[in-house]
Amino acid sequence: MDDIGLLMQGFGVALQPDNMLLMLIGVVLGVLIGVLPGLGGANGIAILLPLTFAMPPVSAVIMLSCIYWGALFGGAITSILFNIPGEPWSVATTFDGYPMAQQGKAGEALTAAFTSSFIGAFVAVVMITFVAPVVAGFALRFGPPEFFAVMFLSFACFVGMAKGSPAKTLASMMLGFLLAAVGMDTVTGQLRMTFGSEEMIRGFDFLVAVIGLFGISEILCSIEDGLRFKGQRAKIDLKVVLKTWAELPKHTFLAARSALIGCWMGITPAGATPASFMSYGVARRMSKDPDGFGKGKVEGVIAPETAAHAAGTSALLPMLTLGVPGSPTAAVLLGGLIMWGLQPGPMLFVEQKEFVWGLIASMYLGNIAGLLVVLVAVPWFAAILRVPFPIIAALILTVCAIGAYTVSNAEFDIVLMLIFGIVGYIMKKLDYPLAPLVLALVLGDRTEEAFRQSLLVSQGDVTVFFHNWLSGGIMALGIAMLLWPLLSWARTALLGGFRGARAA
Amino acid sequence: MSSTTLEMAPAAGRSAQGVKRSTMEVFTSLTLAALGAAAIWDSLRLGAGWGAEGPQSGYFPFWIGLILVGSSFANLLPLMRARGAAAEEMFVTWPQARLVMSVLVPTVFYVAAIPVIGIYIASAALVAYFMMRLGEFTWRSAVPAAAATAVVAFVTFEIWFLVGLPKGPVEDMLGF
Repeated sequence: MDDIGLLMQGFGVALQPDNMLLMLIGVVLGVLIGVLPGLGGANGIAILLPLTFAMPPVSAVIMLSCIYWGALFGGAITSILFNIPGEPWSVATTFDGYPMAQQGKAGEALTAAFTSSFIGAFVAVVMITFVAPVVAGFALRFGPPEFFAVMFLSFACFVGMAKGSPAKTLASMMLGFLLAAVGMDTVTGQLRMTFGSEEMIRGFDFLVAVIGLFGISEILCSIEDGLRFKGQRAKIDLKVVLKTWAELPKHTFLAARSALIGCWMGITPAGATPASFMSYGVARRMSKDPDGFGKGKVEGVIAPETAAHAAGTSALLPMLTLGVPGSPTAAVLLGGLIMWGLQPGPMLFVEQKEFVWGLIASMYLGNIAGLLVVLVAVPWFAAILRVPFPIIAALILTVCAIGAYTVSNAEFDIVLMLIFGIVGYIMKKLDYPLAPLVLALVLGDRTEEAFRQSLLVSQGDVTVFFHNWLSGGIMALGIAMLLWPLLSWARTALLGGFRGARAA
Repeated sequence: MSSTTLEMAPAAGRSAQGVKRSTMEVFTSLTLAALGAAAIWDSLRLGAGWGAEGPQSGYFPFWIGLILVGSSFANLLPLMRARGAAAEEMFVTWPQARLVMSVLVPTVFYVAAIPVIGIYIASAALVAYFMMRLGEFTWRSAVPAAAATAVVAFVTFEIWFLVGLPKGPVEDMLGF
């Protein structure tokens, strides 16, 4: 297997002292970002992305992806100690993690959460190591119709697997596509939807949108309940860690199942949040003691954490191999690739071997570093939340403003960030999902390009998307995904209609 | 990613006065529909059909706009059927709105001040204001904290990362 050799070379790259240091900085920053409300994986990376332009791409992506691993770990700390999910994917961890902390078992809960996060990520990285080259090799034969089909499928998945209203998912996605189209049309050079404004010619940078939508809006949402952090104390010493680790082999099957759920949900762009809920739900349903869940059962921590981390990690698989990110954070990393001058997609595996395998090797090392950092430093990270909220809020607003400005040195971008923040606040409160908007904003131009190139080749014949079994199959799957909510809606509407008629 | 904070504050003042959720839903749907309509209008101006170089510039946005208008109106449908408690649900109560405004209004001033006085002084002012107004700190702790914020940010970005951020008259006076 020459992949193993490439992976070893990748370890060579990742183990260089500079890169090891960046890895550590990334993990610490990431945990910090994961702990603070208003800063998440996606917008934390978006804020720091402009600072990496001077670095070599491998070092930059190692640091940024380590921020992501750190954020995945960090979300668990606030969930367990403060009952505040630092990240959406750790909401399910609060169900049993916080009760455990209240019973004085915070150390056990944290150790279990971190360890199962690590296991979930590890399974996903092993999966990426072996599956990614295969998928990339396969995707090398893709033409524009196949690429459009893949993007169509990933957007259709959002609609089909939406937890809330499919119409809201669709509206949010279309808003993203429209924002992406603003500015210069890359094919004809015409200006689109600028409505005579000069500021609009540059178009909307998705980094600015991400910082506003995920950062500013989170501050506005948090302040609503006059946020006061009330937390449980945590102390982790070696004895607690070893005792918890001794218990963990009992849950091997649970962890394996949760990791599988996570990997699957990460590759399809459902993401880490639904994966953690689904894994928690399955664990409770299949447990011998379902009533114990929600009252501080360690299984209720292991299941969502393993799945969330597995999903968060495997979301990078489609990003690397197809150029189609599986989560908002992966989308931001993809934006980074483009800015560093790398073309995301299968050609990366041919032309940028060092980059790809350096990144994959850093996933192994970064997660080990993450596990060690969080186990050692939990009390310090938890102490951050004892800083009064007004100070944290002001600092986060400042960091967001600086991040938005540095994207392209434009003061107008800070105004845009604020507008996106208000839009994000309203959308969040009305249950419009933000992930489809961000993904559409990132992929909009490339989706349109693939669409137009396909039609150009076929002289405007839409059946080009069904010209062979591959793109036809993917398109059919996508259409099925789109129709799924329509079918279930029609069923409930009909049943509801019957019931209504009977009641009348 | 939308549900986090909603679940954090499930029942904060359910009976209190405020902006109704249904009002906001209608407002948002109509705004999105208007954006979609604007996209359709602009696409038709550019040409949304088949040109010499294949699909014209307006082809893709035209359909996107159309789907946006459609899905926005689809979002209005469940509102018409909502009765009772669902129709009375609050988007934000007045006390909550006041808290949000206490953060949002200073932030608007902050963003507006950045081009005039630079980002460092504006950030320091924001930190001091938040600490004294929202955090019940006295100026004794607020002023040093604000100054520290500005200095740390300045050293990090201007000197360490060599990233130039917006500066104002104070930085000019100090010779940067």
